[in-house]
Amino acid sequence: MFSRTQTILIPVISVVLGLLIGAVVMLVSGYNPIEGYSALLRGSLGDSFYIGETIRQITPYIFAGLAVAFAFRTGLFNIGVEGQLLVGWIASVWVGLAFDLPKIIHLPMAVLAGAIAGALWAFIPGLLKAKLRVHEVIVTIMMNYIALHLVNYLVRYVISDQQNTTSRVPESASLKSPFFEALTEFSTMHYGIFLALAGAIIYYVILEKTSTGFELRSVGFNQNASQYAGMNVNRNIILSMVISGAFAGLGGAMEGLGTFGYAFIHGAFSGVGFDGIAVALLGGNVAIGVVLAAALFGILKQGALIMPLQSGVPTELVEIVIAIIIFFVASSYIIAYLLQRFKKGAQ
Amino acid sequence: MDILTAIEILVKSMLFASAPLIFTALGGVISERSGVVNIGLEGLMVIGAFSAVVFNITFASAFGAATPWVALLIAMGIGGLFSLIHAVASITFRADHVVSGVAINFLALGLGVYLVKAWYGAGQTAKIPEPLYYQRIPLLYDIPVIGPILFNNYVTSYLAIFVAVLVWFLLFKTPFGLRLRSVGEHPLAADTMGINVYKMRYIAVVLSGVMGGLGGGVYAQTITQDFSASTITGQGFIALAAVIFGKWHPLGAMGAALFFGLAQSLAIIGSSFPFLADVPNWILLSAPYILTILALAGFIGRADAPKAVGTPYIKGKR
Repeated sequence: MFSRTQTILIPVISVVLGLLIGAVVMLVSGYNPIEGYSALLRGSLGDSFYIGETIRQITPYIFAGLAVAFAFRTGLFNIGVEGQLLVGWIASVWVGLAFDLPKIIHLPMAVLAGAIAGALWAFIPGLLKAKLRVHEVIVTIMMNYIALHLVNYLVRYVISDQQNTTSRVPESASLKSPFFEALTEFSTMHYGIFLALAGAIIYYVILEKTSTGFELRSVGFNQNASQYAGMNVNRNIILSMVISGAFAGLGGAMEGLGTFGYAFIHGAFSGVGFDGIAVALLGGNVAIGVVLAAALFGILKQGALIMPLQSGVPTELVEIVIAIIIFFVASSYIIAYLLQRFKKGAQ
Repeated sequence: MDILTAIEILVKSMLFASAPLIFTALGGVISERSGVVNIGLEGLMVIGAFSAVVFNITFASAFGAATPWVALLIAMGIGGLFSLIHAVASITFRADHVVSGVAINFLALGLGVYLVKAWYGAGQTAKIPEPLYYQRIPLLYDIPVIGPILFNNYVTSYLAIFVAVLVWFLLFKTPFGLRLRSVGEHPLAADTMGINVYKMRYIAVVLSGVMGGLGGGVYAQTITQDFSASTITGQGFIALAAVIFGKWHPLGAMGAALFFGLAQSLAIIGSSFPFLADVPNWILLSAPYILTILALAGFIGRADAPKAVGTPYIKGKR
């Protein structure tokens, strides 16, 4: 539908428009947009500490973005990344706390537990979609809330003794990196970023280089044609949700074993899963795009935390900017149309 | 605790918790019946809560006791305006309805908290000076036994039930309702019959914004009485669940919202009932969502969405 230049141009235009409208919002509400955005940049890339924090923020975004994107490529909309991330988080911390093993076994086991938990949580909507044609959007939204309440219950009554947080996972299951911490003036940056980048490569390989990936994408393009070509559509729908959920669960494991090192009671969603939708859309559902979009949103989110201190602009400006970016990417039809008109006008 | 007190507490907290859900779910029914998915109900509630609270704080001295009611009108107006963004994106720009709804949720929460911080210098507003109160209905309140249970509640709870009947009448007994539903079932056929598909869908989405704003305004002025990022936490999604559990029918949605309101209040006060003390509260808190999934899966009757829901209508394309 769109040409190659358009697939690159539309996200770029959306980001520029989003930032411009963000500037207008700042102007109208009495702030200086130049001060606001430069504070944002200082707060995300200004020195090694902030860079470390930004990279830490990007890590779960890459996984959440990959999760949403993977389902998108098979024609499924996984809004449940938030819930899958939460169950992945708790599962990884649980395994981290429950066992006493050497790091070389313990850490992979804890990370894997996160992936499996996320995959299982996504298996339910996948199964319902495949067998009963129940729309995955509604089911995954509902599963988010069930996850939230279930995880809070587990933290309070099962893993801890009526506390609001669990204990910290031991060194042997931790992703924390003394090396990076020393390098970045003791930011919370951890080894997870390598796993996230590896995840992006795996994403690319599965989708573009294996016959399973071909089938998944094919089902995304046209279910009937895929069925006719002898592919098992139902199996592919479930598989796609499971892999998507595994990516989401890994994102949760990054938070549980790296950023925080424990699980805690969530009053509301972390928002990482929902931001993953924005990351996937902006990244055009391809691996490299997801990594770049995650980097952009990581920079925005991290920088936003410093904005109120240095320029007075509330942190939530970034939420507004992200929302507007999503609107424009989603409305790409109208941008493509305008681009075409613009070209015609130039001729 | 004797059985009558228990029933009184249950009925009251059910009506109390479900009124905002009913209003918002009705908005969802109207929008989805016209063929536009509205995941943005949560955001519309947020913007309604925000507008009502800010208005209440700012104009309480000018309007006195009428403030919360005027604030509800304002919340409805701003909710309607806000939903225009969703309408333009999903109807005219042919954006994916779900994506646009997600953006609405982001935008509403971001904008609401941003403005609160810009105007009040904190992430949370003060308590509103003029909240809504319980009201005894004269005469009916004096009926023995049921009077104190049923007729000493927020007026908004009665209003919610009345509006549900009104929406049912509008959708199923008027030409306007027939047109609105036809646009959601088969837009091409509706267009052929001379119905303006885009206009009907715009009206439906704006109405859903009005109702979502009202729901948010009621929620903020009865339950939380202030506005912050944690004022609306999932109520819009429960309302969405009520739309589906109620099978896209106004009265069904009302019943579902009442039931979900009951489940919500049981989760909070349930421990004082002996027969519920052993149920882990996450199950009560999750009940609306679990039941909705079961309903969708066909275990509790069949729930079928309007045929054309979620698909943009492109004129001249078959």
